[in-house]
Amino acid sequence: MKKIILTTLILAFSLIHAQEKVSGTILYKLKGDDYPLEGASVYWLNTNKGTITNFSGDFIIEKTQESDLLVISYIGFSSDTLKLKSSPIIHFLKPDDSNSLNEVTVQKKRKTIQKSYLAAQNIMKVSSEELLKAACCNLSESFETNPTIDVNFSDALTGTKQIKILGLESPYLMISEENIPMIRGASQAYGLTFIPGTWIESIQITKGAGSVVNGFESISGQINTELKKPFSDLPLFINLFGSQMGRLEANVHINKKVFDRISMGVYIHTNNNNDRMDQNQDTFLDRPLSNQINIMNRWQYTNQEKGLVSFFTWRYMQDQKQMGVLDFDPLKHAGSNTFWGSEIKTNRLDLSFKAGYVFPDLPYQSFGFQSAFSTHDQDSYYGLRIYDIYHESLYNNLLFSSIIGNTMNKFKVGVNFSYDRYVETVDNINYNRIDRSMGTFFEYTYNNNSDISFSGGLRFDNHNRMGTFITPRIHFRYNPLENFVLRISSGSGRKIANIFAENQRIFGTNRIINLLQNGSGVYGLDPEIAWNYGLSIIRSFRFLGGDFELVADYYITNFKNQILIDWEESNKISFYNLEGKSSSKSLQLGLDFSYREFLTLSAAYKNYIIKSNYNSGYLSKPLQPRNIIFFSTGLESTINNGSQWKWDLTINFIGDQRLVKTIRDPENLSSPKYNLLNSQITRVFSSKFEIYLGAENIGNYKQINPIISSENPFSLNFDSAQIYAPIFGRMIYSGLRLKL
Amino acid sequence: MIMKKLLLLMTFILFISFSKSDFISSVEDNSNQVQKTERTSFVVRGNCEMCKKRIEKAALSLKGVKMATWDIPSNMIDIIYDNKKLELNDIHNKISSVGHDTDKAKASKDVYDELPMCCHYRTEPIH
Repeated sequence: MKKIILTTLILAFSLIHAQEKVSGTILYKLKGDDYPLEGASVYWLNTNKGTITNFSGDFIIEKTQESDLLVISYIGFSSDTLKLKSSPIIHFLKPDDSNSLNEVTVQKKRKTIQKSYLAAQNIMKVSSEELLKAACCNLSESFETNPTIDVNFSDALTGTKQIKILGLESPYLMISEENIPMIRGASQAYGLTFIPGTWIESIQITKGAGSVVNGFESISGQINTELKKPFSDLPLFINLFGSQMGRLEANVHINKKVFDRISMGVYIHTNNNNDRMDQNQDTFLDRPLSNQINIMNRWQYTNQEKGLVSFFTWRYMQDQKQMGVLDFDPLKHAGSNTFWGSEIKTNRLDLSFKAGYVFPDLPYQSFGFQSAFSTHDQDSYYGLRIYDIYHESLYNNLLFSSIIGNTMNKFKVGVNFSYDRYVETVDNINYNRIDRSMGTFFEYTYNNNSDISFSGGLRFDNHNRMGTFITPRIHFRYNPLENFVLRISSGSGRKIANIFAENQRIFGTNRIINLLQNGSGVYGLDPEIAWNYGLSIIRSFRFLGGDFELVADYYITNFKNQILIDWEESNKISFYNLEGKSSSKSLQLGLDFSYREFLTLSAAYKNYIIKSNYNSGYLSKPLQPRNIIFFSTGLESTINNGSQWKWDLTINFIGDQRLVKTIRDPENLSSPKYNLLNSQITRVFSSKFEIYLGAENIGNYKQINPIISSENPFSLNFDSAQIYAPIFGRMIYSGLRLKL
Repeated sequence: MIMKKLLLLMTFILFISFSKSDFISSVEDNSNQVQKTERTSFVVRGNCEMCKKRIEKAALSLKGVKMATWDIPSNMIDIIYDNKKLELNDIHNKISSVGHDTDKAKASKDVYDELPMCCHYRTEPIH
């Protein structure tokens, strides 16, 4: 009964509301005089409710629940979108000066995480503004405010954050930079920390099977980052960051137009941590002592008349980390068993060239060429264990895209070639190898610009260690209603497991490495092959003046072969080919809400069932929460003379995780549930200067006893990889951004 | 053996895609001195996103129209079409038949009246 009354009230309210009217006059200025604009159209944004001004420029329009943004447009004038405050209104339209390069001003603020409604794939675009919401200093920390991606810690020594999509970690998701595969091979473990957050312009996240254009390696999803471009980035940007834990970071970007069509940018990043911290008093450093210098230089050539854009980029990175007990001094104790310590030194060089040509008379037709070369050199030791890897990589891609018949039928076709040389030493054993692959791909996309789109892709590849194979991927989207999207996707992916580079946390243990060589290849293991199937729906609606978005998706990844990493036997770590079943099932339910421009809320529930047939039985993946609840909210004050307040809060409720049997954890034990709370407040003083203050892990939740056998680190039981929660407690940080 | 077959298949796909696209045809055109694809733009009256979808869909439904992009503020449509398959007038007529006036063809009152409110671009007195 109460419900009915409430519904009636709401209905009545909205009816009364709807009958209110707004009136106004639209004018334009010519040589200082005001003239009425007859025939201008006036309508509510994203609705079909509108009207036309009469001969004296007047209009009357009924108010609507669906929108409070009024669009006014007329041929030859720039359209304006007004937020209605009072009625009647008097508004002047400005003539549209098509010679000026200024785009139509974006009146409605774009969401910082945008879900695509028109693409066939489940793609989400994360803008650089979203990245400012967290303490994010590098790419690995950029996802904490995003429900699609889970962030966890890989080990108790380096504190490196690992990211997962659909519960599968980075080797199974492809991470590319401007569509060049980036975090792979030797850089798999720490590569995300080598991309400074301020260099990132935007991130595109694809859930499930990706596009065939970027290769066959992606299985559970794809993350592509776009870096800042010298042509469009600010002339000078400075960012300083400091945390209570002694972490310091500095970023400087300088962009300059060198010649008429050539712009150049220099991006410098450095970070440093010299504080020896041991809050949990296990004699081990809670955070590595570290030092990184990262320099990038980009050249951009743009010739709009000829449709040419080209980039040349080089960058050099040097990173050093020291872990282990507080008293460890590398100069004195390295290689001895007096104190346990570890050092990782990485040098990386990247060179890349890209060129794009759009046919000037046929804007739908283009050529793209990419070439990238990198060397990655890591020298490291973990106690008495030695791990060195040198990885040289070359990647070339040529792409042609055009249409069949008309722009509703698009296609991409191309070839790519990649070469990877690895020189790898584990203790005293060499695993040197060369991977070469050449492939061609074709992707067809149909989009009727309203309710249906379809994309089907096929690749043929020849790989010196995997042979010749086909990779198909299909995506289908259907919008029966404008605010309801249904998507289905399916596709396969495969890769060769670089077992040591991808799982460097095994070196932070004294477990005996056991390679069950029941296959082919350098490690005696077969390539990993998986199929991914996904279903997703989005429903958006407006209610009581706010925008709501409901999201539900379900993805299944079935492995035909997988390299299992088996921690079940104590004092042993085994790698072997899957025999039997292995699958990952992931469900995500989400609700996003935004009210006007000042409030956003996002909540998500995630459930993962990841099970594999290990030698000891059909078990769920260790250290994987079965349930995660994500909640985030943000408030923004109205901009007043360029100044503004912004506040964000993110909470993750992490469910229990299965722990493997060790001397610390008895059999069949699960980790306790816990929650992580991060918050940040930003004060924008002007468009040029802002400061921020934030805290991570406000609840100060820490895993007790993160390192097993820390008192006896040279014993077989020593293990720093069994971690399910943060090692360090609350961290307060602050920073500033200067944009000139 | 499989490799050779695959390579053949790849070349075939590449060839098909190139010949289907304008890349090959524009090369042919130059030798014959006949312009095949033509780019033009003209005014189409309309107001909003809904108009945009309707106008572009109408133009693209004609065989030979390769691209149709309509801009709201300027009311200009940018068209690329194959002048051997249809004439420019066909495009004007098609667009006016769904309710939008162009600089050469006027929409009938019946069709115009059927358009949603926000698409009514003709000047009317306030009721």
